[in-house]
Amino acid sequence: MLLATEAVTHAAGQAGISEQAWLIPLLPALSYVIILLFGKKMPKGGSESGIIAVGLSFGLAVLVAFDWVKNHAVVDQHWVWWHNGDFKITIGQHVDGLAAMMFVVVTFVSLMVHIYSTGYMHGDVRFTHFFASLSLFTAAMLFMVLADNLLQLMIGWELVGLCSFKLIGHWFEEKNNSSAALKAFFTTRTGDVGLMLGIIVAFFAAHGTFNIATINKMALEHEIGHGLLLAIATLLFLGVMGKSAQFPLHIWLPDAMAGPTPVSALIHAATMVVAGVYLVARVYGVFWEGFSIEAGGLNWMALIAGITMIIAAALAFVQDDIKRVLAYSTVSQLGYMVAALSVGAWTAGVFHLFTHAFFKALLFLGSGSVIHAVHSNNMSEMGGLKKYMPTTFTTFIIGTLALAGIFPLAGFWSKDEILLGASEGGYPFILTLGLIGAFMTACYMGRCVFLTFFGEYRGHGHPHESPRSMTVPLILLAIPSLLIGLINAPGILKFTHWVAFEPGVEHFHLEHHDFNPTLAGISLAVAIGGLVVSAMVYYWQNVPAGLRGATDRGALRSVKTLLIEKYYLDRLFVDGLVGFIKGPLARATYWTNQKIIDGIVNAVGIGTKIVGRFTYDILDQKGVDGIVNGIGVSASETGGVLRLVQSGRVQQYALMLFAAVGLLGLALIFFT
Amino acid sequence: MPVILAEYAAQNVSFWIIAAIMAAAAIGVVTMKNIVHAALALVVVLAGVAAQYILLQAEFLGIVQVLIYIGAVIVLFLFGIMLTRAPMRKSAEYDNDQRPLAGAVALLIFGVLAYLLADEFSGDKLNITQPMATSAIADSIFRSYVVAFEAVSMLLLAALIGAIVLARRD
Amino acid sequence: MPLTQFMLLSAFLFCTGVYGVLARRNGVLVLMSIELMLNAVNINLVAFSAQLNDAAGQVFALFVIAIAAAEVGVGLAIVLLIYRNRVAVNLDEIDLMKG
Repeated sequence: MLLATEAVTHAAGQAGISEQAWLIPLLPALSYVIILLFGKKMPKGGSESGIIAVGLSFGLAVLVAFDWVKNHAVVDQHWVWWHNGDFKITIGQHVDGLAAMMFVVVTFVSLMVHIYSTGYMHGDVRFTHFFASLSLFTAAMLFMVLADNLLQLMIGWELVGLCSFKLIGHWFEEKNNSSAALKAFFTTRTGDVGLMLGIIVAFFAAHGTFNIATINKMALEHEIGHGLLLAIATLLFLGVMGKSAQFPLHIWLPDAMAGPTPVSALIHAATMVVAGVYLVARVYGVFWEGFSIEAGGLNWMALIAGITMIIAAALAFVQDDIKRVLAYSTVSQLGYMVAALSVGAWTAGVFHLFTHAFFKALLFLGSGSVIHAVHSNNMSEMGGLKKYMPTTFTTFIIGTLALAGIFPLAGFWSKDEILLGASEGGYPFILTLGLIGAFMTACYMGRCVFLTFFGEYRGHGHPHESPRSMTVPLILLAIPSLLIGLINAPGILKFTHWVAFEPGVEHFHLEHHDFNPTLAGISLAVAIGGLVVSAMVYYWQNVPAGLRGATDRGALRSVKTLLIEKYYLDRLFVDGLVGFIKGPLARATYWTNQKIIDGIVNAVGIGTKIVGRFTYDILDQKGVDGIVNGIGVSASETGGVLRLVQSGRVQQYALMLFAAVGLLGLALIFFT
Repeated sequence: MPVILAEYAAQNVSFWIIAAIMAAAAIGVVTMKNIVHAALALVVVLAGVAAQYILLQAEFLGIVQVLIYIGAVIVLFLFGIMLTRAPMRKSAEYDNDQRPLAGAVALLIFGVLAYLLADEFSGDKLNITQPMATSAIADSIFRSYVVAFEAVSMLLLAALIGAIVLARRD
Repeated sequence: MPLTQFMLLSAFLFCTGVYGVLARRNGVLVLMSIELMLNAVNINLVAFSAQLNDAAGQVFALFVIAIAAAEVGVGLAIVLLIYRNRVAVNLDEIDLMKG
């Protein structure tokens, strides 16, 4: 194992601070170690280490972002840390617009969550451990974003999965929580099989390299065959399905709400779940060519994303737990992001990732504030909280409007771009589903808001506003939710300029579609319509007579049951798949093992014994020993016979001597 | 020419007569049942050998032969016969069981030797012009073969001492 | 005189001696037969010496005579010893080296 340092720099040129981008994941990693070693002894239980580290990372991320905006110089460096002949494993950094954006998002949201957690987790039994895991998670996510090769990306990917497991099961004393953690881990792991296979196939398809930029280039320049690219894209998408909760592997995300709310905000809303979307955006060349996105119509990715969008939104309607509403909302929005990428609207998908991070984190933290006040997750025990928690209420409303896609908040711009991309890219199916989904989004969020903040308080506690440590992050997150969408408003289009997919291939460029006011108007109307409908049902209670109680009767009732049972998917997976493995498959395997495999092994053993006995008794004792003894006996017998010649009488010897001489002489005469 | 022929013929005749006598005596040595008679037959053989030496113009050697062999060795034999109390009469004990085989072997060897020698040396004629001078022999001994001479004298000494040591009574 | 007759004589004496060595039971008789053999060799040596007019043959014959004498002396001493141990000097009975 030779360590070779090859700092190969591509097209860096004038990149300044971006070359030190590797510090961004390093600081939280150091924080993790420090908290592990010294956390319990620190005055604030380790949280100050986490906040400082993530804060510094955030500062660095902002600097890197500025550097990128100014110089637009890609940093692609790697360092070979292990090689075996030609096969090299590298660790490196690839800093471009997408990476810079992700740095900012992840560090900012993480910082907000860190500050929030000092209040929310105050007095928790494993406070220090929580912050250690948060630091590790941040470090891992940033490491993944920084990656320039698929292997490194996978390392970060798996690490965030591990942290998710740790954090979901933070209160593992209750069985539900540890079960939820396991469910999350197993489901994402199932997807990760596809990821690993995809990476391996990509490695071989790209003639022995893991480097993402190279793979993109090769894919777009058609150096890799289409079938192979399709296979790679499908396999990688399996991983995306697991991590980014696409149908049917979305089942873990709602259950993951068993973890503390800051965890849900950070991991299951803003950062970890978007890892899959990030993967697609990063290795986009493979997906573009593999799924033939340019062609339009429909492809696997779009289909699954479209389904995800709708079914998750539907499920959000029947949830009582406020976090679950937000969880299904996240699944649905992830569907939007993946759908955007699947129709060729790369910038739209990434922009939606960007905006969604802010307002979803805001919503989660807001819900956490509510839960903290009411000591219950269920909306049936909430109501009328706007009187008691004004700051939370205001910020929550802002988040809701952003999510619903109301002009001019962030969600409007990003969702609109997705719909634009779908319509212009030739994906009418996605466009339709997107509009329906927008309506449903606005509707269920409206339901959520009205049930929580309006009406009369139905609970038993004394709700109060949360401490400043919790409300300040809410405010800080509300600001970008309000304004950040304007970065990509038509005319400004800064985001598109800064964060673009530039694989460096000549004939490739992604279409950017001009703002379509009609479409924007339609989507806005749809969103407002959704809000109005929800207000009608839950606020004004003004439902037309015929429809009142409609969901308790007839066909709609079965629909409601179906939704409550989450489409029986959990039953399918647990009873069906797991039950089959535990029951018949396990029994069959046991039988095979006992009868067949053990039978073979025993037979081999017995056979060997028989051969051994045979070898010993017959071959060795009789055969070989017989031969050896025989040689000895024959030697002694021959000696016994020859002995008779030695009579001891000299004259006999002399006789033999002379006779021999005579015979020799004779021989001499005759043969010469 | 007739003188040479006569000389030639005389030597031949005398050779054959002496050879016949020697042959008969030799057979007698190995077959006679009386040991003393066998010893005496040996005397005849040895004398015949001396005569052959004279015929071969090796006078010194002939004299030495008579002196040593007949004079000393035979006496030794007779003493040996006496001291070992060998039955000095006709006894069948003097021949052992492997006589036929021995005869066969002896005949075989004789055949081989005779053939080889006759094959090689047939046609060679002895051409003795004058007798070998004793001085020539002496020269040869004390010049060319002086080491052998010394060795033989050592041998004799050793044999002498050895015989005494072996045979003494103590 | 042809040389071969001396050769033949010598061979005859030698073979007679061989027969005697093999067939005689008494030690003294065996020694006598050995004397026969030695004399046969001597005749050969001297005959060649005469033919080649080289004294070496006769010198060797002299040596042979000397050695023969020594050998007879020692041989008879041994026979005497055997006699002392066993009264009769029958070579047939001396088989201590019997295998």
